[in-house]
Amino acid sequence: MSPHSRGTAQPEADMLPSQQPVRLIDENGSAAVGRTFKTSYALPTEQTLLRGYGQLVMGRRVNDQASALVRQGRMAVYPSSHGQEACQVAAAMCLADHDWLFPTYRDTVAVMARGVDPVQVMELLRGSWHGGYDPYEHNVATQSTPLATQLLHAVGVAHAAKLRGEDTVVVALCGDGASSEGDFHEALNFAAVFHVPVIFFVQNNEYAISVPLIHQSVAPSLAHKAIGYGMPGERVDGNDLAALLAVLDDAVRRARSGGGPSLIEAHTYRMQSHTNADDASRYRSDDEVRAWEPRDPLLRLRTYLSTAGLLTAAEEERIGAEAERVAAVLRDGLNVEVTVDPQDLFRFVYSEPTPQLLEQSDMLREELSREGATS
Amino acid sequence: MTTISASPTAADPSVQTPPAAAPAAAPATGLPAGPAAAKPQSLTFAKALNLAMSDAMEADDAVVVFGEDVGLLGGVFRITDGLTKRFGEERCFDTPLAESGIVGMAVGMAMNKMKPVVEMQFDAFAYPAFEQVVSHVAKMANRTKGKVRLPMVIRIPYAGGIGGVEHHCDSSEAYYVHTPGLTVLAPSTAADAYTMLRDAIACPDPVVFLEPKKLYFAKEEVDVDALRLRYADGTGAEATAVTSIGKAVIVREGSDATLIAYGPSVPTALAAAETAAEEGRSLQVIDVRSLVPFDDETVCAAVRRTGRAVVIAEAPGFASVAAEIVARVQERCFHSLASPVRRVTGFDIPYPAPKLEQQYLPGVDRILDVVDELQWEDK
Repeated sequence: MSPHSRGTAQPEADMLPSQQPVRLIDENGSAAVGRTFKTSYALPTEQTLLRGYGQLVMGRRVNDQASALVRQGRMAVYPSSHGQEACQVAAAMCLADHDWLFPTYRDTVAVMARGVDPVQVMELLRGSWHGGYDPYEHNVATQSTPLATQLLHAVGVAHAAKLRGEDTVVVALCGDGASSEGDFHEALNFAAVFHVPVIFFVQNNEYAISVPLIHQSVAPSLAHKAIGYGMPGERVDGNDLAALLAVLDDAVRRARSGGGPSLIEAHTYRMQSHTNADDASRYRSDDEVRAWEPRDPLLRLRTYLSTAGLLTAAEEERIGAEAERVAAVLRDGLNVEVTVDPQDLFRFVYSEPTPQLLEQSDMLREELSREGATS
Repeated sequence: MTTISASPTAADPSVQTPPAAAPAAAPATGLPAGPAAAKPQSLTFAKALNLAMSDAMEADDAVVVFGEDVGLLGGVFRITDGLTKRFGEERCFDTPLAESGIVGMAVGMAMNKMKPVVEMQFDAFAYPAFEQVVSHVAKMANRTKGKVRLPMVIRIPYAGGIGGVEHHCDSSEAYYVHTPGLTVLAPSTAADAYTMLRDAIACPDPVVFLEPKKLYFAKEEVDVDALRLRYADGTGAEATAVTSIGKAVIVREGSDATLIAYGPSVPTALAAAETAAEEGRSLQVIDVRSLVPFDDETVCAAVRRTGRAVVIAEAPGFASVAAEIVARVQERCFHSLASPVRRVTGFDIPYPAPKLEQQYLPGVDRILDVVDELQWEDK
């Protein structure tokens, strides 16, 4: 099989996104009506939605707990995905164990939803190392801070898997701002040309720090960019977990069966500042933020599940307790002072430290032993 | 072009055993196999690189080669000639014309059990990949505490002397050597081109592999089968034990002063030493070969023996590899030095147009002028 082998050619109509973002459950928690999409997306099963709701509550609790830990000085910084939890949860839920997730710095909740240890995830943001978890343990790449660069790594992982005949699927996350980067373009083009199983999942939360989407792109939508690369694009209500799961599952199924890459744009909103170091009041109004509050992803799924009689008080309590348990794990883990071995500075740069690094490591060891002797 | 005998690597005792295993690696290379071939044969630097890749691909299915025009064309310098035909489009393939894409995809493939060898078409065309190289290729192992190592090679034809137009002759090594986490190799002979590219592919860490364009088609006599023996058992164990990475070699003995060079400057340094010998001055020449890790031990021991040293490199001298070597030698050999360590480098200007490149490049006369200034007498 040639690395350039394509599946069946996509008709142009399939590459354009639906006329409106896919929505299956509306803001009032009712089954959405009045919209038609290019594909008829099935509502996920009740069990899936209930499990997803539990993950949403967990994600919200993790976001709030992490922000609190920053205010308490236990973490250096936390870019919160508050308001975007449905995207986070869907990105993890759509994958099988042997698939890969490529997250950004704002995707901590997605990383945890994949099963990565919460305290290890936070090692980056508490400042003890530039990455805390083993990417191979849950097939989750390190959280990338240079924008869009990880999309190419996702293409490479998928390409390697395809060459070996494995059915691995890769979900690569980025934001609306990252869609302006050159690596975004190169990654989508490479993925399409090599016809590899990558789903580019853009969380359009309206802002790149302070810059609104209108300054990033005047394309009809970010999902419209897909047709330029020759892959299907789709847009989805990013605060509707049911719609996200339906759209992602469709793309994952296509990728796994050799149908190639997809671009999915989720419309959501960054409810809080970029990080604790940012002041969003300088560039957007309170009214704008408040207008998004009723569209909250937790509220609408809770209403939907309650109305359907699926979310009992006991179930709600169980979900809340599990979220509290994880929050406590985070607090306990991060309230403990960590000591980092200074010799780790030199240990991993090369598989064998160079003679120069050995000299520098000796120098530091000697400095530290002198300090130890005088203190 | 100066013909250089195979460097001491080829004479390493570990590769002197009879070529019993050689035929296993020899077929399908276009070179004669068997005992009759176990003697020096004419080989270009370019063909040595080609052999290194095809031998590595033969030995390990995880080795894949990709880049711009590397497929059916065989690369603009023909370094990958025949690889697609022999190994198929899955193992050697053309990519879209985007260098960040090439390196970024290689990162992902290396994360997922492959050993990519990618070609940047020219030195200055590698710059779009710079963010991937600096932010991910170099840092991934450290970021993940060694959990994710990237066994990948980025081949870059570099440096001048070929009458190239702008953006085709940069000596870009300083950008890479300044980035911790990269191994940076710069061979100057066909024998080293083979050995060092095999070692780079076998290396668990990412390697930037700098190929001096002006030496691509220089021929030398090389005992290819002897070089191959080191890799013949397929385990890489012996290759690791005697790797060329981190090892400088003395390519000409001499007692009066030491010329320290790498890549395209090595033949120039050897020519200068030859001329100096005719004038009665004995110059030792060191081929640094491995810019990172740097072989302080070999270089400093050699300088101590002569007490005088000149570092030669094509790149602009300011904040350069040459500047670093001078500083290291001065710091370590001060009491053995009879004069300050000097540099002969390119000027601190953008690489010139072809009609002026000979004025720019370090040449024999400029080197010998500086050697003359090494305070042979108190004035």
